[in-house]
Amino acid sequence: MEKLDGYSGDIKRLLEENNVRAGDVIRVVTLDREYVGTLIPRYEYASQDFLTLKLLNGYNIGIKFDRILSIALVEKHSPPSFKPTPPKFRSENLPHAVIVSTGGTIASRVDYRTGGVRPALTASDLLSVVPELAEIAKVDAEVLFSIYSENMTQSHWTTLSKKLHDYISRGYEGVVVTHGTDTMGYTAAALSFALKNTPIPIILVGSQRSSDRPSSDASSNLISAMHTSIKAPFSGVYVLMHGWVSDERMAIHLGTKVRKLHTSRRDAFKSVNTKPAAFYENGEIHVLLDNLPKRRPPSSFEIFPNFDERVALIKFYPNMSPEIFTYLHERGYRGFIIEGFGLGHVNSTLTPVLKKLVKDGVFIFMTSQCIFGRVRLTVYDTGRDLLEAGVIPLEDMLPETAFVKLSWCLGNFEEAKVLDIMKANIANEYSPRTVLDEGEWFGS
Amino acid sequence: MKVNGLEVKNFRAKVGLEIHQQLNVGSKLFCECPITESDEVEYKILRYLRPTQSELGEVDPAVMFEFRKKKANIYIYNSKSACLVECDEEPPHPINMDAIKAAIAVALALNSKIVEELHVMRKIVIDGSNTTGFQRTVLVALDGVLKADGLDVPVQTISVEEDAARLIEEREDAKVFSLDRLGIPLIEISLAPMETDPKTVEKVALALGRLLRLTGFAARGLGTIRQDINISIEGFPPCEVKGVQKLDLIPKVIEYEIMRQYHLYNVAKLLKERGLDPFSSIGEYMDITEVFEKTGSKVIKKALDDGKKVYGIKVKGFKGLFKMEPYPNVRLGLELADMARAYGLGGIIHSDELPGYGISLEDVERVKVRLSVGESDAFVLILAEERDHETLSALRQRLLQFFEGPVPETRGPTDDGRTRYSRPRPGAARMYPETDIPLIRVTRELIEECRKFVPKPWNEVLKDYMQKYGLNEKLANQILDSPYLSLFEKVCSTTKLSPTLVSVVLTEHIVNIGREGFDTSLLDEERLMELFRLLDSGQFSKESVVEILKCMCSEKVGVSECVKKLGLKPLSEEELNKVVHEIVESNKVLLNSMGERSFGPLMGMVMEKVRGKADGGKVSKILKEEIARMLQEIQRSK
Repeated sequence: MEKLDGYSGDIKRLLEENNVRAGDVIRVVTLDREYVGTLIPRYEYASQDFLTLKLLNGYNIGIKFDRILSIALVEKHSPPSFKPTPPKFRSENLPHAVIVSTGGTIASRVDYRTGGVRPALTASDLLSVVPELAEIAKVDAEVLFSIYSENMTQSHWTTLSKKLHDYISRGYEGVVVTHGTDTMGYTAAALSFALKNTPIPIILVGSQRSSDRPSSDASSNLISAMHTSIKAPFSGVYVLMHGWVSDERMAIHLGTKVRKLHTSRRDAFKSVNTKPAAFYENGEIHVLLDNLPKRRPPSSFEIFPNFDERVALIKFYPNMSPEIFTYLHERGYRGFIIEGFGLGHVNSTLTPVLKKLVKDGVFIFMTSQCIFGRVRLTVYDTGRDLLEAGVIPLEDMLPETAFVKLSWCLGNFEEAKVLDIMKANIANEYSPRTVLDEGEWFGS
Repeated sequence: MKVNGLEVKNFRAKVGLEIHQQLNVGSKLFCECPITESDEVEYKILRYLRPTQSELGEVDPAVMFEFRKKKANIYIYNSKSACLVECDEEPPHPINMDAIKAAIAVALALNSKIVEELHVMRKIVIDGSNTTGFQRTVLVALDGVLKADGLDVPVQTISVEEDAARLIEEREDAKVFSLDRLGIPLIEISLAPMETDPKTVEKVALALGRLLRLTGFAARGLGTIRQDINISIEGFPPCEVKGVQKLDLIPKVIEYEIMRQYHLYNVAKLLKERGLDPFSSIGEYMDITEVFEKTGSKVIKKALDDGKKVYGIKVKGFKGLFKMEPYPNVRLGLELADMARAYGLGGIIHSDELPGYGISLEDVERVKVRLSVGESDAFVLILAEERDHETLSALRQRLLQFFEGPVPETRGPTDDGRTRYSRPRPGAARMYPETDIPLIRVTRELIEECRKFVPKPWNEVLKDYMQKYGLNEKLANQILDSPYLSLFEKVCSTTKLSPTLVSVVLTEHIVNIGREGFDTSLLDEERLMELFRLLDSGQFSKESVVEILKCMCSEKVGVSECVKKLGLKPLSEEELNKVVHEIVESNKVLLNSMGERSFGPLMGMVMEKVRGKADGGKVSKILKEEIARMLQEIQRSK
């Protein structure tokens, strides 16, 4: 039963007096007209002196409270009882796969009576909305978290990696993680480091258009992700999203080399400093990178699931005060990833401060806010001074990936090993060679 | 009721009118794109739409109709006319408040009740014409009265919505749309169903169109206003004819629909009288391809070569019913053919038209045996692929529906005023809130601001216009209704041409040559302006305007080139004097016998020679002088 969400004060009192709940059909008499329709909950931030009514023609309107003479209940609403029809086809020969959901709604149905959007959460629910999945695998589903991706923390990465380790160890041959797109790149990097020698590809997938719309990219992304996780010849952690704005080609990105580069386009995710690992089109996977780990037996599968929260990712800006670093150090931060200018530079007044912090045992690494390209601290004096101060350049690693990696290093390994591990190429986070491409991302 | 001279007995028909008018408010409804037509291709975007399930798991018939066809949608994009919003790649921008203001002004003019807080909704439409899969729409006002032709027609709703993408091509595997039209603001006005004659409905539509044009917000030109017409005969649900663009088509469409529905009603009655019932009458569809293995029919051979099969349905007791045509173009056979076409299927043949299409009497006999068709029965042949079983079921369903009388469906108009099946009627409107757009509070200040856009009544505007430009009532009406209104005002303010002449050219000459079959769509404002400029500067006479317009409709060349081509360089005064003199000189006998009254016939002779090259007024003046001079000369010589 819907409550009187979003209503307060006199208007709520009047509704309660008349035994009206959201979803009920009511008759509202105002100074100049009578309206019959369904009472709709108000948005949290909508103004409080209006009542929202969905008229019989489907339109919502707001009626000002001080013009209402009376409200009467016409018909109590009985909540819809949806019984998902079980998929017709579930062959025993299909592989076992699981969809782990972390938030957002990869599939949903709309309650046109109230306009509410309800997520499809259980496996059977999901399969009735995206029946194509049942033709690919015997699909299980688990809702691990129900949070917006901007609220993800290191502890969520830990829980998620343990959960995935568990599923794969139990023999699941396909694993798809649905994720809000805002921090999907970070989570992909976290899983890339936490899960060592994964036997199968773990595919993270999201949508840039919500699943309640007919034009949503959610189901096509989800179906492609499931195919990829089960059929791809490689293993590791990947993000699958649209390759362009058409519903044709999906790009499969390395979990450590992917970044959301657009606020709203379906192809917001791009591989940075590398080609995508593969494309998925018409049921076929076309591998583009030759250094991907192959699918392999689970014998060497290991997990390092911890992340240290005392790491900061700091974007340097002109005349940024060095105090920010010393303050964070005093608050117990153990490491910094700096997004410097250009090849990896910061204002030279910061150099002595960094030098002191390194001496005090703080880990400091340099990446570039250019996003594309490699840092190189040997070209200019400023860079050479930073090297001398003990700042470690991270080649072409994405700042976000560097942040996740440092957090992971400090979470799982003793300090003496941190520098070596940071410099080692663990999950393709470094590309030793950068080849020339069209450069479309910087507008040529 | 009398329709087309025929008495449709004991029936009352109801007609509901919905008008969609594009608003010319500078930019689109939810982005800053200009309103401009362009199908230049910079990118092609391929998309599929998927019906969102409702909470109840219900299936909307119109939604399923589109989804079953599993067609891709291809959107043609260019940066002149669209941005990421139309591509469904960026959330909508804040609503264009000028469109809302226009709707409020119309609501005030119709005495409607304005909604106090506006909620933008998403109306599910998955025929591909909206990249999102829904149309954004907002209800602005309810109730009201339209006064038209002595009638008070109740208004139901006034809303503002975004126009759909423009369908350019319907291929077997995909629909191709241009994004230029998507998102243009529309005002939608729904009138309550009327019980009146078809001609009056046209007048009501005209009155509403005029009201919209007078707000100054209405876009003008073909396709900027579209009418949807709901037509029902008493006791049956309405059929909706969507997208009637020309007013004079309205009565034709209504008359056709009433006749069609009346025929369907009669057929159902007849079937009942014959003691037939749908389920024993209409057979299942069967693959009878083998019957045609040795057929001489090219139509069938071609279909078989294309990998199609021949399916047959036995229809008991229907002999002669498919071709029965009580009114022009009203036949059950046509009902089936139209439906097959909507599903993308070409070949459907019924037994009433056989032998034919190269199908021999022997072929027919074989089919009859194969389907056990008796003397009073009929059958239907469908050329389709194996995967077209949805279409086959739909056609069989249509046969079953012949027992019910008219059934609700969405139809489209043809150019000659007929209507054709386009899809099933959608269920109750599927709407849910567009949460990307905040609620809009309609304050008293906003309403006051809109009052200045409320148009004056048509009669007052008409009177003003007649006075200002010295036009008669007919011409003033015509120019006010014309898409060229703003051009008219521009011409009158920048040339010395008489407003009457300009309005005759714009509202009569152009219409007339259009009727003669010339492509008047080539007459854009720029070329017409050029025409008037040259006319004003005496490059040709007003008598040659029609010839020049025809030339302009035939090829896209400059106006002066047409003038040159037609040899319409005006005669100099000297040349004109010479022509007049020669004609008068060689008609002295006439002059002698008729005196001054010989002006009429002589004028005719002169004009025949100089038409298009000299102004009539000037000719008349010179001729009168010449006649006077000659008569004097004759007098003197006597």
